[in-house]
Parts: sequence; structure tokens; C-alpha cells
Amino acid sequence: MHAHDHHDLGTPAVKGEPVTLEIDGVSITVPAGTSVIRAAALAHRDIPRLCATDTLKSFGSCRLCLVHIEGRKGTPASCTTEVVPGMKVHTQSEQLERLRRNVLELYVSEHPMGSCPASAGCELESLAAQHGIRESRYAVGTTARAAHMPAAVDASNPYFVADDSLCIVCSRCVRACEDQQGTFALTIEGRGLESRVAASQRQPFFESECVSCGACVEACPTGALLEKSVIAVDQLPERSVRTTCAYCGVGCSLIAEVSADAVTRMVPDRAGRANQGHACVKGRFAYGYATHGDRVTRPLIRERITDEWREVSWDEAISHAAAEFKRIQAKYGRDSIGGITSSRCTNEETFLVQKLVRAAFGNNNVDTCARVCHSPTGYGLKHTLGESAGTQEFVSVQQADVIMVIGASPTEAHPVFASQMKRRLRAGAKLIVVDPRAIALVKSPHVAADYHLRLLPGTNVAVINALAHVVVTEGLTRDDYIADRCERESYEKWRAFISDPKNSPEAVETVTGVPAALVRGAARLYARGPNSAIYYGLGVTEHSQGTTMVMGIANLAMATGNLGREGVGVSPLRGQNNVQGSCDMGSFPHEFSGYRHVSDDATRGLFESMWKVQLGSEPGLRIPNMFEAALDGSFKGLYIQGEDFAQSDPNTAHVTAALSAMECIVIQDIFHNETAKFAHVFLPGSSFLEKDGTFTNAERRISRVRKVIEPLAGFADWQVTMRLSNALGYAMDYSHPSQIMDEIAALTPTFTGVSYEKLDRLGSIQWPCNDAAPQGTPTMHVDQFVRGKGKFHVTAYVPTRERTSAKYPLLLTTGRVLTQYNVGAQTRRTANLAWHSEDRLELHPHDAEARGIEHGDWVGVTSRAGDTVLRVEITDRVAPGVVYTTFHFPESGANLITTENSDWATNCPEYKVTAVQVVKVAQPRAWQRRRQEAAPAEPAVSPN
Amino acid sequence: MTGAPVRLFVPGDSGAVSVGADTVARDLAIECRRRGIDAQIVRTGSRGMYWLEPLVEVQTPEGRVGYGPVKAGDIPRLLDAGMLEGAVDDLRLGDVDRHPWMRSQQRLTGARLGLVDPQDIDDYLSHGGYLGLEAALSLSPREIVQRITDSGLRGRGGAAFPTGIKWNTVLEQPAAQKYIACNADEGDSGTFADRMLMEGDPFALIEGMTIAGIAVGATQGYIYLRIEYPHAARTLEAALEQARERGYLGDDVLGSGKTFDIEVRRGAGAYICGEETSMLESLQGRRGEVRVRPPLPAIKGLFDRPTVVNNVVTLATVPVILARGAEFYRDFGMGRSRGTVMLQLAGNVKHGGLVECGFGLTVRELVHRYGGGTATGRPVRAVQIGGPLGAYLPASRFDTPLEYEALAAMDALLGHGGVVVFDDSVDMADMARHAFAFCALESCGKCTPCRIGSTRGVQLLDRLVTSPDGARAADKALIEELCDTMAEGSLCGLGGMTPFPVRSALRHFPEDF
Ligand SMILES: Cc1cc2nc3c(=O)[nH]c(=O)nc-3n(C[C@H](O)[C@H](O)[C@H](O)COP(=O)(O)O)c2cc1C
Ligand code: SF4
Ligand code: SF4
Ligand code: SF4
Ligand code: FES
Repeated sequence: MHAHDHHDLGTPAVKGEPVTLEIDGVSITVPAGTSVIRAAALAHRDIPRLCATDTLKSFGSCRLCLVHIEGRKGTPASCTTEVVPGMKVHTQSEQLERLRRNVLELYVSEHPMGSCPASAGCELESLAAQHGIRESRYAVGTTARAAHMPAAVDASNPYFVADDSLCIVCSRCVRACEDQQGTFALTIEGRGLESRVAASQRQPFFESECVSCGACVEACPTGALLEKSVIAVDQLPERSVRTTCAYCGVGCSLIAEVSADAVTRMVPDRAGRANQGHACVKGRFAYGYATHGDRVTRPLIRERITDEWREVSWDEAISHAAAEFKRIQAKYGRDSIGGITSSRCTNEETFLVQKLVRAAFGNNNVDTCARVCHSPTGYGLKHTLGESAGTQEFVSVQQADVIMVIGASPTEAHPVFASQMKRRLRAGAKLIVVDPRAIALVKSPHVAADYHLRLLPGTNVAVINALAHVVVTEGLTRDDYIADRCERESYEKWRAFISDPKNSPEAVETVTGVPAALVRGAARLYARGPNSAIYYGLGVTEHSQGTTMVMGIANLAMATGNLGREGVGVSPLRGQNNVQGSCDMGSFPHEFSGYRHVSDDATRGLFESMWKVQLGSEPGLRIPNMFEAALDGSFKGLYIQGEDFAQSDPNTAHVTAALSAMECIVIQDIFHNETAKFAHVFLPGSSFLEKDGTFTNAERRISRVRKVIEPLAGFADWQVTMRLSNALGYAMDYSHPSQIMDEIAALTPTFTGVSYEKLDRLGSIQWPCNDAAPQGTPTMHVDQFVRGKGKFHVTAYVPTRERTSAKYPLLLTTGRVLTQYNVGAQTRRTANLAWHSEDRLELHPHDAEARGIEHGDWVGVTSRAGDTVLRVEITDRVAPGVVYTTFHFPESGANLITTENSDWATNCPEYKVTAVQVVKVAQPRAWQRRRQEAAPAEPAVSPN
Repeated sequence: MTGAPVRLFVPGDSGAVSVGADTVARDLAIECRRRGIDAQIVRTGSRGMYWLEPLVEVQTPEGRVGYGPVKAGDIPRLLDAGMLEGAVDDLRLGDVDRHPWMRSQQRLTGARLGLVDPQDIDDYLSHGGYLGLEAALSLSPREIVQRITDSGLRGRGGAAFPTGIKWNTVLEQPAAQKYIACNADEGDSGTFADRMLMEGDPFALIEGMTIAGIAVGATQGYIYLRIEYPHAARTLEAALEQARERGYLGDDVLGSGKTFDIEVRRGAGAYICGEETSMLESLQGRRGEVRVRPPLPAIKGLFDRPTVVNNVVTLATVPVILARGAEFYRDFGMGRSRGTVMLQLAGNVKHGGLVECGFGLTVRELVHRYGGGTATGRPVRAVQIGGPLGAYLPASRFDTPLEYEALAAMDALLGHGGVVVFDDSVDMADMARHAFAFCALESCGKCTPCRIGSTRGVQLLDRLVTSPDGARAADKALIEELCDTMAEGSLCGLGGMTPFPVRSALRHFPEDF
């Protein structure tokens, strides 16, 4: 059922010309195309209903919403009748009341009233109560549903239960699964009174195609589909808090329902602009990690990393950390320490960490984990279009005619946006997938790619150049647009470069492995649009030419005029919830918030006068440079907020050596992790449920995070940073994160108009939000590019150094699965484990056969950097010569084998291409077995 | 004997075949060969006099002389008696066209039924076939639609919606792709006009669909055929093949440059799939569940494209309207029911079969003059008109003319034209129960009044007949309330029309409850 504080309007909002009609004598104006039921709800004349809800298209099956319309015969259903100017609707009459009572009595005759665990929220029960119906005159003998269709309760899904005896066959679940989620796992089976909901081929939910998004559960008006957590508490929530999901870059707006200071349910916010009332298995269900027993709730310190941890008071931990940092700076110099911000933390917290580094540490040694994923996006887009961010709003995809997905698997990593995209594809948009792997979008129910350019890993730039070559040489460019909006000189130069036959699809065919004809077809499709939109993910950025590729994408979009309006654009699909925000907030060593270079005197002056300190004008160290400096002995202390290098950075051996070389690592996190093994101070972090703040999602949307429960360790992360700063002698004094946001707004031109008050009022805001755009900016570059004229960059393809050889004949690429998140610290501590309990290596049948490998075998994966053992899955989702794995589990050691190669411009590591050999082995490596047995890893802590 | 072979006609209609027509045809051929008679046996459709099937006709100089019902064992005797010359016999019916049952009918839609070889396009052409299409090709789409509108033709599938208006809606849609979907699901028990036409004169349907396609700008037609009609399927396929070969279908219909083709799709075997939106779902390969209207199929039909959905009889009537003019057709019938109606007489009746005549024949004329009363010889107590969801009429109302408005005034309907006769042994409470049970069995399950209400109706009637007198009034009132809820609340005609038989039984035969 929907959130308890939601006023359901019956059918979704539509856009249209205003239409004025009269409902029970009340005049109301709504957009054309609105249903009568919605117009009535807006006029506060709610009409009874059971099959309608405002996330789903009307269906007209319950027949409770019948009304009179003057001049029309009979009693039309108000959910399926559209408003007409001057229409006069009557929602109440004796006849209507009689009909509604009869329909309710029919329902009640088969429904076990009062006995369902959701009674308190059951729409049928509350409607019946409103009409004073307790019993049904139609209950002739045994008419309960369970009596004629006995079915076991299906509790196979870890999070929800399906109980057919409570089902009223409204099809809301089926429609939610189709329209909202796009998975098509549910159907109504049987006819007449025997109709019932079936998952896939009448399978238990867990074994069906269901991806556990929960849309059906929320859509269900009764207790037939119900969260186990709701059944467990069996009461209406005490309060609801609107907040923002802390998993992926979609940034779903969620309503946390709370009883007895525990979250009982997460419901997607139907007013959420990003998620439009939808969520995925992670956001909706996998929040239990926040209160998992593994949470570290007391500060810990130790002298050496070989010592046991000692629980200490907050004061001791903070002063110890501050003293260590001061000692190190005194001994090794001001630049010998630094800080790392987290894409998991709020904007305010990130801002504070970089402020701490710049103002209290007195250097610019701050960096962020976005380095490992999307820094090429920032750099590439800034230098072409002028702004380091995606150009669109998610809903823009509904206007796209052609969608190109490059190096991303939205159904796994950005599932809620994938659902929106699939809806558009079902409505007829064309799809081009550029990916080494047959991602789910290539073929899924009612969606199929028109082109799948199945390139070899590492050849992105060659493919994007070939696409652009076709556009330019076949005269498909939008010359008027280019002349108007782009730098002429850069265009001419690029044009000459790209027209070179060496960039033609035919010329690069052998390099990329993509048949030239497919490239040509896809290029024509994209160029003809008329609205073509590109969405890309880590498969674009995590390459040695990541930045080049981003620029290549921008070039293609500019050349075809696909920027600056709805339905088009270049949209990075950000991996973590606040990658965008952490970049915006000045997490990079060379930039203040709003992407302004530290060497810019005016900007620095602004910060200096606000912060009352002198700031460095030279960029600080990037993460890889910090590691190098650590190995050199010149970098000794690091404050890490919510990041696990040792697991998520490539080439783990190099990272661990660097970490071991430091004298004081202060880690702030909610769980022990790989990096914490090298730490000297552990400051307990707070989960997103425990604090106020904001996240900025992949569409530049700033959304509020609101405190749902008190911080388990007593302090929110921003408070901890503040205390550390004060202990270091640099005063910070905030009593609420809203004050930090006010400071951000005062210092950042793209945030000038942002405040908590406005966020509360508007729900969310897409930056830039300032005097020029007081409501924020859904679409960027509308009249002109942010940098003035768009700039084309020559994007020569340079093959990666990572190449296959006789010794390493296969190319490994990496990715994500839906149910797990990133390094899995959260999701592994939830029931999501049921779906994905280990990382597997995908191997093409040919390659498997050649190696005598069978499905489920253990295989050794060896690269130039190292080796690990994984279980194998044989599938043609990967092409011959390509292997693929996820890296959600530490014991997989996927990053032991990735190399040190990285993007030329931003050092973003090349996770996506590693030459490997795969051989059959008997069992995992000894360290992996120990890891598996010990999981979840809780290190020894001495009681003081 | 010299000269042309003797021409014999034996129906291949599955109604006739079910009473032995195939055996008769085969034995007739064997017997003629044995006797050295040069005979050509043409397998036609049925004339619709089912009590006379197998009805064998012989071409004689005086016309086609009929014999029936002929059993295989009768053949040697009939040949001996001179059947091939039209000689007298107990089974001799005389000139079939002048048979009282046939003579008084006005066969327009079914003009060729039983006359022509359904597998022979030339036979069709020599009986006025494709004149309608030729006429249509000389007109603009708008003019064709206007002719249909002017003819007063209303849908014969049940809802009696004006066909011209429906076509016009489709014509006005700007879509690039439109469809013609022929509803050949013929689910009403006791009806067979669709089947007879498809088996006996398939080209009429094909021609009608082609005209419809050209009129509204559709290039593809589908015939959604009842699964129980394998013979119709074969006949249609063979006819479609010939029509394509001869250029009546395909990329360039009769050299007009227009495209139209037809595909036969087999139904899903559910009554509800005859309801047009459910049929469209089924045609799209989905579960046959009713769609909400609006949007109308004429605006968003098959695959969401504008679609004309018409019944077989409706479409098979189109050629005669185009060939002979709207006025000609409109002159038949009465009131707002123009043209002819194909009434299908069945149940406990002496002479069952197809009666096509102008609207306005009374129930009495149909049941007694054509039907000859009950087969059992007992008095007629009731008829049910319009299929399983039609109302029952008591004998006292048999003066009602069979036309849309008069029946509507009686809370009855004509539906697809089925009329089922019952004698005085019928228990009307049982019939009312049966109506609910039928609805429960066939309900698609989408809407609540029908999904749950139909079963509750059965349960209420079961209780009613066993409950003490005192409780009955309340139960009867509840059944009436249920009927109101189903009639006013149901999404489609299945639930919406179930109250017709129930209420009419309660109203006209209170003594049975
Ligand atoms: C329950 C139900 C069953 C129906 N079955 C049939 C059928 O078997 N054949 C048919 O032509 N129309 C049937 N109809 C009517 C169709 O919905 C539709 O009105 C008709 O196909 C339109 O064609 P027409 O305008 O030529 O009559 C049925 C309607 C209902 C409500
Ligand atoms: S949880 Fe989501 S995917 Fe699973 S059946 Fe429900 S709507 Fe479909
Ligand atoms: S499970 Fe719930 S949503 Fe689905 S049909 Fe049953 S009552 Fe409706
Ligand atoms: S009336 Fe019956 S058959 Fe028609 S839509 Fe409703 S449930 Fe389906
Ligand atoms: S709400 Fe309109 S029919 Fe159910």
C-alpha cells in the first residue's frame, strides 16, 4: 500500500491545456486528459476506488468509482473517463451509493475482514468501514476466497509475502510490474472467480523473474502483497520522514515510516521528481544494514596497525587524531597530510571535509573517490560544454526518440531510471547499446535494442569516432546548430580529424570488433533522432581514454544538435548516490566548490574572507599521488570519510603498501572495512538515516536527507568533522547542516539560490539555482552552452597499454548487479545476499570449452598485476574473448588483478580492461577461503 | 446418356455434415459411377433448412429440385425413382427456391448460401460476386462509407452499432496503419449464421472486408475465428488463396494500386473473446481480457491502431449494399432497423434453421410459421432471443416484432439473431441460474460485478429455491440488486447483459421462483 500520509489522486498527472468542469457544484480546472476521478480528488471530492492509484494508468475494473455525468447515459467509471470542458459530474446519489455498497459487499463476501495483517491500511477494509459495511449479504455459505482457491502463502521473497486469500484481483500489482517497473513478472491467471496473480510460470516470487523492486507491494491495496517488516510490527507507523536513498545516483526520494524509533518500511515518494514514486530492491528494502550488529558505534584507536583496537571516548579519539595530525605536520611539513571525501556522505559533510583540509590542514590535499569512477565526466564535459555535469533531468527521457546507452547497465546499476527508460522504449523510442556485454536492455520483455555495438573492451573511442565519422561524412550534421552554438575553429579542426578515413567504421572494424554496417546504421539512427539522448556509465569513464571518450560523446551530441532541450543530452549515470554532490562540493585538489580552480584569485579571495584563513593557490595531491608520496615517505596522515580504497581501488597491492607506509590514518565509517585494517583511529560514522543534509543525484538534483533516527554513535558525520576541526584549532560552529548549506550557497554561484527552506518548499532543486534560475535548471545549455560556445576536441584513439597476449589472451571487464551495491558493505549486510551471494566470472561457451571449464567450476584469473579465484558462469552475454565479473565481495579480490593504468587526464583507473588468463583450479586461494569463513569480518577489539 | 453431366448439390456445411452429408455425397458418387451416370457433385453451403439436411439438390430444367433429409440408404431407391430427373418421391421437396420456408424469405446477405460452390471463385463471380468491390473501387473512401451509413446497416454481432459511423471514425483517424478485424468468434449458443456464411459463401466475407479496408484505409484484415470452426477455417483459407491468385487481394487489389490482405487467426476458445476488445487482446497474443473503453477500437484498436471490428454477417452484407445501392438495402426492414436480419431458429423447435428477412417479422411468425412449433409437440412456453445473454419472452409477448427498438422496449435484445425455443416443461428458475452460471464460467474476471457477482447469483438462486417462503422475498430483492449492479456496473456486455435473462425470467415467470 502507498505511504500512509499520501493522498492518492487515483490516476497519474498529465500535461494539457486547462479544462474547467464542475464536480458536485464545485468548479475545478485541470489539464486536459485528466481523469474525472483525479479532478474530483483535487477538488477534495474523493470518489471510492480500489483498482486505481495515481502511479498507474486507469484500468476500470473495480467499478466503485462510478459517477453521473450530466448528458451521459448510465454510470460511467470516473477513473477511465476524461474531463471535458463544462462537464458536470455528480459523485453522490442514492443510486451510486447503492451500486458502491453492492460492489463492496461483493468484495467483502470473499475477503477475510479484519484478519489480514494490513487491516489498518487495507483500502478495502477502510472503504467498507466508510460505508458501514461489516458483513456481506452475498456471503451465502462459505464464500471466502481461501475456501475455493486454497494457496499457500508465498514467503519466498526475503522482504515481502504474497497471500492470495487476501487478494482482490485488482491487477494493480500486475500493472505496477509492467508499467512502473517494466519487468512483466506478474500476470493474472485463470478466469472469472478463479483469477489470481501468478509470478512468472506460477513460481514462487523468489524463483520468478521478479527483481524485487517492491512496486507491486506498494501498489497492492490490501495485505495480499505486504512487507514482512510491516507484518512484524502490525500497526500504523507513528511517523513518516521524507528522505533520499543513499544507494545509487538516481537518488530516489523515499518516505521512511517509523515506529518505536525503527524504520518499519520505506515507501518511494510519489512526488519524487527523480523516481516518480518508484524504487528498487536496494532503496526500498535493503536499509537494514543501518542497524546491523556490525555497526561500529564507539570510537577506536590504536598505536600500530598490528595492535588491537581500543574503545575510547569521543573526546579521546578526536584529540588523539588531532594531535597525531599536528605531530605529523610538524615533523613532515604542512603537505604531509590530506583528506578524502566520500560520495556516500552528504554535500554538507563533503563540504566540511574539504574545508577542513583547506582551512585546518592548510593544504589542498583533498580528493574524492569519484576519482575511481566519474572524474573523466567532470573534466570531459567541462572542457566541451562548460559544466561538469549531466545535461538533463531524468524525465527528459520520455521525450527521447533515440536512446544510446554506452558502457552502462541501467537495469542493474540505476534500476529506477532504467524503468523510466524502458517505459519510453516500450512507447516506441529506438535503442542503441554500446557495450561489450549483452546487458539486460539488449533483450528484455517488450524492449529490444535496435543496434547492439558489441565492442571489444578498451575500444570505446574508436567506436565513438567511427559513429561521428559517419555523421560527418554522410552529411548528417546539424550545421545551423553548430554554426550558432559552437566554436567554429574547434569544429573545423575536429571535422577534418574525424573525416579522415582512418576513423571510418570500416577502418576500425578489426580493432573494435563491431561490424561497420552496424556502426553506420546506429550513427544514422542517432543523427536522425530527432531527439537523441546518450546515457553512459563507468564503462565510458573507467578507461585509459575515459576523458577522451566523454569528449567524443560530447562532440557527437554537439555535431547532431542533441543538446540544450528535453529529450536529448549527455547524461552520465553516476555510480554512487552523491558522486555528483561530492564533486560539486570542491572535493578535488584543484577546485573549490562549483568547479572553480584554486589558482583563481577572486574565488580564493572569496573563500579566504569567509573562512578567515589564507588558502593555497596550488592544487594539492590526487589520491594516486598521495599513495606515491606515501611510498616516498613524504605523505604520512590521511583523514578518510566513508571510503574503502583497499577494496575498491585497482591494484590492491600498491594501495595497501601505500596505506601501510602512513603514520596516522583516521577513518570514519559505519563498518570495519579493508582500509580500516591500516587505520589508527576509527571514528564511527552515521548512516543516511541518522542525519540531516542533502544529496545531489546524477541529474544535478539536490534532495534533502532527513534524520529518521538518532545517530547510533551519538554524532552525525558533519559533527565529527566539525569536532576534529575544532580540535585542530580551526573553529567551526554549525548547529544544523542548513547553516553549512547557507555557506555553500554564499560561496558557490551555482548554488546561490539553494536553501533548506526552498528545498522543503520545492521538494528538490537541480543546480544551477541562482538569480538567473531561481527554481533550478532541469535542462542545461538551453540557449547557449555554459562555456559560451561549445568546443569540439580532437579525440584520437590510442589503444590502451593493456593488451591481450599469448599469456593473457582474454579481456576482463567489470560491472554491477542490481541487488548489490558497490563494494557491498551495505548490501552484504542485508537479505539481498539471497540473490547474489558471490561474484562470478562470466565466460563465453567457446572460451570455456577451449579450457575444459564447466559451469560452476572454480577458475583462476591471472593478470599482469595479480591473480584471484572465482566461480565461473558460462554465458553468451559476453562475447568470445571477453570475460566479466562484478566486484561486490572482498573475497573475490577482483581488484587484485586490475592494473595501475588510468585515465590520462584525471587518473581515473582503468577498471574496465584487464588482459587475463583463465584456468580451471580446484578451489579458491587460501586467503579467500579464510575470508569467506570469517565473514562478516569483525576485527578484535579489546574492551578499553 | 450424352451431353453435360448431371449436376448434384450436397451441402458441405458442417451442420449438414453432422447429420451425414459427407456419407451421402460419397455414396451418391459411388452409386452414380456404378450405374455409369456422368454426375458432378458440387459441395455447397447449406440453405439453412437444417431439419431437411442432408438436403440433396438436382439441377433440372425446371430448377433445382431438392430431396431431403436423405440418408445414405435412400440413395439407390432415389436413383431408381428418377431423382436425377427430378422425379417424385416421398423425400422430394420440389424446387427449393419455391419451398415455402425459402420463398417467403428475403435473402440478401445469404443469397448464395446453398447455391454456390464456396471453393470456386468463378461460381461466386457468376452469382454477382465482387460487383460490390468493383463499385467501391469507383468511389472515394468517403463515398463508400456514406453508402454504408445511408443503408442503415447496424452491427449484427450484437451491439447493433451503426456500421457507417464506426467506419467513419476509423476513416478519420490519420494513422498510417489501420486494421479490419472480423469477429468470427460466434459464441452465442444456438447461432450459426457466421459459420454458414464462412462455410457456404466465404467470398462474400472476403469481399466485404476488402471493401471495408479500402473504405477506411486499412491494408490488413484479420478474421478471428472460433476455434470450434475447423471447416470454416479450411474454406476460408482456400477462398483466400484463390482471391489472392486472382488479384482480389494483395498489393494491387483489382489493379487499383490499393493493398489489402487477410489472415485467419484461431480464437482462444473463450466466450469472452467474442467481446471486441477482448478479441483484440487475444489477436495480439495476450490474455483475452476486456479493455476499458474509451478509447474505442476505432481509435485505438489492434496494436493500438485504428481498427474496424465487425461481425461476419455485417461484413458479408457490405457487398450487396455496394452492388445494389444503399436505397435498395434500406428499403427492407422497419423503423430504425433497416435491411434484413439473419435469424437463427434453434432449441426445441420442429423446423430449425436460418431465416433471413427484413426486420419486423414477429416472434410468433418465426416460431410458428417457420418453426412449426416445438419439436416435442408441447406448447411453446418461452423463447430466448439474442443468445445466452438475451431475454426470455413468454408466449403472451409473441406479437413483438423482431427489430431492435421493439425488443429494447421489452427489455430484450436481438443480439446476433439467435432464437431458442422452449416448451412448457422448462423451469425458468433453472434458466436464470444457468444465466449466472454461464456468466461465472465465461467471465474474464476483470471487473468485480461480473467476477464475483455471477457466482453469487448462482449461490443466491440455489438458496432461493430451497429457502422457506419468508426468506424468499429478501433473496429476490437481493437478486434484483445484484442485477442492477451487474447491469450498471459491469465493464462489458457479459456481466452487463446477464441480468437480461435473469430479470426477464423473474418478471415473466414469477411462478417458477
Ligand atoms: C460477452 C460478449 C460476447 C460477444 N461475442 C461476440 C461474438 O461472438 N461475435 C460477434 O460478432 N460479436 C460478439 N460480441 C459483440 C462485439 O463486442 C462487437 O460488438 C461486435 O463484434 C462488433 O461488430 P458489429 O458492429 O459488426 O456487430 C460480443 C459482445 C459481448 C459483450
Ligand atoms: S517486486 Fe517488482 S519486479 Fe517483482 S513482481 Fe513486484 S513489481 Fe514485479
Ligand atoms: S495482489 Fe494486491 S495488487 Fe495484486 S491483484 Fe491482488 S489485491 Fe490487487
Ligand atoms: S463483465 Fe465480466 S467479462 Fe466483462 S469485463 Fe467484467 S469480468 Fe470481464
Ligand atoms: S477505480 Fe475506476 S473502476 Fe476501479
